[in-house]
Amino acid sequence: MASIFRTDPSTGLKIDRASENLIRWNLIAALATLAVGGLLALGVVLTRWPSVHLLPLDYYYRFLTLHGIDALLAWIIFFEIALVHFTSTVILGTRSYVPWLGWLAFALMLIGGGLINVIVLMGGADVMFTSYVPLKADPLYYIGVILFAVGALLGFIIFFINIVLSKRDGGYKRSLPLGSFGMLAASIIGVLTLAHGAAIFIPTLLWALDFIPWVDPAAYRLVFWGLGHPSQQINVSAMVAVWYMTVAFVLGGKPVNEKLSRTAFVLYILFINVASEHHLLVDPVLSTWHKIVNTSYMMHLAVLASMIHAFAIPASIEVALRKQGYTRGLFEWLKKAPWGNPAFSGMAISILLFGFLGGITGVIFGTEQFNIIRHNTIAITGHFHGTVVAGTTVAFMGFTYLLIPYVFRREIIWKGFASIQPYLYGTGVALLSIGMMSAGSFGVPRRHYDITFSGAPFSFTFDPSIDMFLSMMGVGGLLAVTGGVLYILLGFGSIIWGKKIEH
Amino acid sequence: MAIYEPERVWWNPLSKDERIWVALALIWMLVSFIFMPIYHLVGAQNPPAETYSVSAEDYDKLVEGMIAKYKVGEENGFPVVHPSADEPVYIRASMWQWYPIVELEKGKTYKLHLSSMDIQHGFSLLPINMNLMVLPGYDYVATITPTTSGEFHVVCNEFCGVGHHMMVGKMYVKEPAK
Repeated sequence: MASIFRTDPSTGLKIDRASENLIRWNLIAALATLAVGGLLALGVVLTRWPSVHLLPLDYYYRFLTLHGIDALLAWIIFFEIALVHFTSTVILGTRSYVPWLGWLAFALMLIGGGLINVIVLMGGADVMFTSYVPLKADPLYYIGVILFAVGALLGFIIFFINIVLSKRDGGYKRSLPLGSFGMLAASIIGVLTLAHGAAIFIPTLLWALDFIPWVDPAAYRLVFWGLGHPSQQINVSAMVAVWYMTVAFVLGGKPVNEKLSRTAFVLYILFINVASEHHLLVDPVLSTWHKIVNTSYMMHLAVLASMIHAFAIPASIEVALRKQGYTRGLFEWLKKAPWGNPAFSGMAISILLFGFLGGITGVIFGTEQFNIIRHNTIAITGHFHGTVVAGTTVAFMGFTYLLIPYVFRREIIWKGFASIQPYLYGTGVALLSIGMMSAGSFGVPRRHYDITFSGAPFSFTFDPSIDMFLSMMGVGGLLAVTGGVLYILLGFGSIIWGKKIEH
Repeated sequence: MAIYEPERVWWNPLSKDERIWVALALIWMLVSFIFMPIYHLVGAQNPPAETYSVSAEDYDKLVEGMIAKYKVGEENGFPVVHPSADEPVYIRASMWQWYPIVELEKGKTYKLHLSSMDIQHGFSLLPINMNLMVLPGYDYVATITPTTSGEFHVVCNEFCGVGHHMMVGKMYVKEPAK
């Protein structure tokens, strides 16, 4: 078996050929879907910017639907499956035990994702990311979603198979490394989440095929958000695992207290699935106390977990940098941190923006009383661009600059551009997110083609200050797309033309 | 390191800094946890929970019944109704209109019913920015007491097809008649 492994010269990681190929192709698919999702984002944001209002009506909703699929679902899950393979084989120093299952998962995700893209662009599914019934899409759309979800489910199952067999072969003796432990949490939440997906998309497909007469819209919302929000907790767990691993790879830092960090991951698993009912705070059917138990009690325990990571990771960065000799005063370590290394700056920007933009607004918007003045406004869009874009996407972008040398054995090209990429993208998304949240506080709706309401029987004029906030969103969107294009160029450029790393 | 297996025993006590941080975070979370239900009991504005199951045909009859009884005018083809506060007020959502225009009186308490004839819609009352979901098959009842008079608009904020951006309705709040 020894011959299939190679050892990475800079880290001493043992990588076997099968998992190397799986990680490579999942990364390539992630980059490709982000490229498509980002281009669609450009169309969407330039339409929501009232002074530009770029796209025609049908293309706006079509691009918006597909932007959610490609940028939220496909890019992030392809990257997470790459992380699944990375943390369950390379980090443990053992091989990929079921590469065939990895390729099956990859093929299903690719076919499902491709099918969704084709159907939506052909106009068969103008239903938005949420596809709330009884708004109906072409049955092939639901089939695409189910294929993608089954692929993702198999991808997460590979994690469990690999870690069990790796222990047998001595990959680890008692406990997983923390990075893998974080991905274990992500995989557990992934399985729970995708079970919700099956529970709702299979009946919806049957309804679209006219086999069953009606899917209850309130039940659909309840179960859909059992998929929709906990799947963001897959992203949070994977992102936090990436933060810990980045600290280890870039600074050689170790978690200050394994017990604390691991407990926090367990809190995510236990409490986040039910907390997703904050999507239903202004829905009929559910009783008030039902909503309060889920959003108050459950949500705050999950937030506690994030608060723990918010302490543990900066602490481990500080400890690692002080060990390197930056001990003068309180903040020399912070000043001397490797801010020019895009892996480090990506992580730092992700921590900062996820916490202060995405996390805090999530807690606020998720409270019962506040939700009624934010539900379905563009403030919600601002919130989740603070979490999944400024948080997860930026963290994954930063980690790409580590993965490409390890997995593709290529150096990153254009080092200067790479070192500014996280700042450019992070600034753009921060402006976009703050602009959206500010405009939303005046009631500007999300998923809305024309807030001047042309053609409507009555017209409403928003507070004039929204022009400034929506321009801020537009400028931020342009900056973010620029940073995103740079990331794609750096990623594919390094994979194709990067200098080969020999050992 | 997060990429290597931890030492044999990693279930170690927390340091002082960690204990302080976790305690503060926990206290903050407990305060938020307790405050939300308390505010529900003492606060002035909470999302409603009263719901009935209703078919589109039955709800439509209720809307038309209210219009027949309380119609006071017409605007852009939409009837304007001025219902009594003792009776339910019905607003009907459909692709792509809010129907009819209701006229309420400041300071009186109304039961505002919302239901959809076709697909999901979002009731967004502007400029006060109050948002509720409107689902087909369900009658969602908000108990509201207008505190400011004037002209309000209802915008749809859940995507409902190509006419979504044209789904704008109106609502009036009048000073109470003496």
